[in-house]
Amino acid sequence: MERYWLVAASFCFLLSFGHTLFALGSGTFRPGRFNLAAMAVGFAFETVFLFQRGHLVGACPITNLFEVLVFLSWSIVLIYLIVGPAYRLSLMGAFTSPLVLALLLLALFSPVDATAVRILHNPWVEFHAALSIIAYGAFGLAAIAGVMYLVQERQLKSHRVSELLFNLPPITDLGAVNGRLLATGFILLTVAFGAGLAADLRVTNLKTGASVFIWALYGALLVVERLRFVPPRRIAAGSVIIFVVALLTLPSVSHLPVE
Amino acid sequence: MNILCAGINHHIAPVDVRERLAVANHEIGEVLRRVKAIDGLTEAVVVSTCNRVEFYAASICPERALDGIRGYLEARTGMQAPLYHHDTPRSIRHLFRVASGLDSMVLGETEILGQVKQAYAVAADAGATSRTLNRLFQNAFRVAKSVRTETRITRGATSVGAVAVELAGKIFGDLNHRRVMILGAGETSERTARSLVSRGVKTVIVSNRTFDRAAALAAEIGGMAIHFDHWQNEFPDVDILISSTAAPHPVVTRERLEPMMRQRAGRPLFIIDLAVPRDVEPSVNRLEGVFLYDIDSLQEIASRSLAVRQREIEHCERIIDSQVTDFIGWLRRAQHSLAHS
Repeated sequence: MERYWLVAASFCFLLSFGHTLFALGSGTFRPGRFNLAAMAVGFAFETVFLFQRGHLVGACPITNLFEVLVFLSWSIVLIYLIVGPAYRLSLMGAFTSPLVLALLLLALFSPVDATAVRILHNPWVEFHAALSIIAYGAFGLAAIAGVMYLVQERQLKSHRVSELLFNLPPITDLGAVNGRLLATGFILLTVAFGAGLAADLRVTNLKTGASVFIWALYGALLVVERLRFVPPRRIAAGSVIIFVVALLTLPSVSHLPVE
Repeated sequence: MNILCAGINHHIAPVDVRERLAVANHEIGEVLRRVKAIDGLTEAVVVSTCNRVEFYAASICPERALDGIRGYLEARTGMQAPLYHHDTPRSIRHLFRVASGLDSMVLGETEILGQVKQAYAVAADAGATSRTLNRLFQNAFRVAKSVRTETRITRGATSVGAVAVELAGKIFGDLNHRRVMILGAGETSERTARSLVSRGVKTVIVSNRTFDRAAALAAEIGGMAIHFDHWQNEFPDVDILISSTAAPHPVVTRERLEPMMRQRAGRPLFIIDLAVPRDVEPSVNRLEGVFLYDIDSLQEIASRSLAVRQREIEHCERIIDSQVTDFIGWLRRAQHSLAHS
């Protein structure tokens, strides 16, 4: 029964994406509240699912890869709902919805909803795990801002005037948002690691290695971004590449049992 | 009740005629009072912009009202103005087209809607409007909004200056703290710089081979003139470069720009090359953070935007036609209820 909430959430994200595609295609796109509303309703459905699942497992619902994927999708939408309206980033919802939809569909249609791999009873461990995934949510949205930056940059360089050029935000704003989201994600992930240390969490070497590797990659990217060692285009590309790597390592980080 | 529209615009009258008929803001109250005193005319609105002077009136006898307006204008200006005039329903359609920017010199421009709203507000405040014109103008504002939101008639910029401003906005967002450098004080570069200043650019640096010309232009647009030999010293802080020198060879080369870009700490640079032959090597566009547009690419974007707008005219006209029909229906019902009351 609880999975129906995810189906409903997927429908909302699909609606948001489809509506934007249609509006762009017909040349009638106007930044409005429709996308935000569809994303907010989808978020509400995901929240209900996570609440019910949390009750069922008696802990934060990140006990297996299925739940982690849903929690990650929820985190990305959460960050979007905070960042999107604040920065008035037109079309960010349209870029966010396919990613969260893909994560939900992957969760729904992959055989990853096995029995709980780990049950978290220590609140520090729970805090560590939940905050790590929210940090990944921020990195996910940074990757989305990065994709938007690269698309807009390409349009401007190639002198291609399209609906996208008119509706995407200025690249300077996208670069700034990209940097802020990277910083937010990095701070959250660092705090999450601190919580893990506080909880004296013992995990496999592979899991530790993968987590530290991702943390170090983002840290390095953030340093070169802050010191302006590389142009914003490479930071945008870096945030996309590292997020893809982070997603690929997600099963190892979230699925491997606690020692 | 009939709705009469009489006036002149840029289609039929040159500027020297339009300026004689133009009604200044401080004169509108008096003009409305005089026009409303015309026999058979019950309501009036005067729309006076740089491209048109139009009188909208509600009248039971439009011929008499038109004669009255003609007579008044002749007395006021001392000339027989070549007025066009429309009765219901063409007058309604005309106002809807004007408010929607379809009758403007720059197709789809939106400034006219604000001007029509202002003209209506002045007339309403002066007590020169009543039920018919109130309803007509409120409908016109709604139609203009529909046309703007449901079609692409306002899409893109249609002049080189406006395209440059639009692109600058897509690169930098807020232009308030951006620095502009003009290399070569040509007419188009001056217009482009003015467009950027109108969008909030505060700092303009002008450099020209003839320093006096640079100083004159800088004084006109509130900028700062520098000697042509020194432009590279100011360059690292510049965000937008407008180049239109008469140099036979490129002034800005990739070789020269590359080290300068390294000093910019990742800040983008928008180069508008208006010169023919070009001042900037095309390969400069391949540098990280550089967005180079020459005169052809800007004109092409402007032409494409205009073509998009022109393709939208039919769609706009359909929206307007349907709204004209609705308004005529309301007008008939209003007259019917008045006759039976």
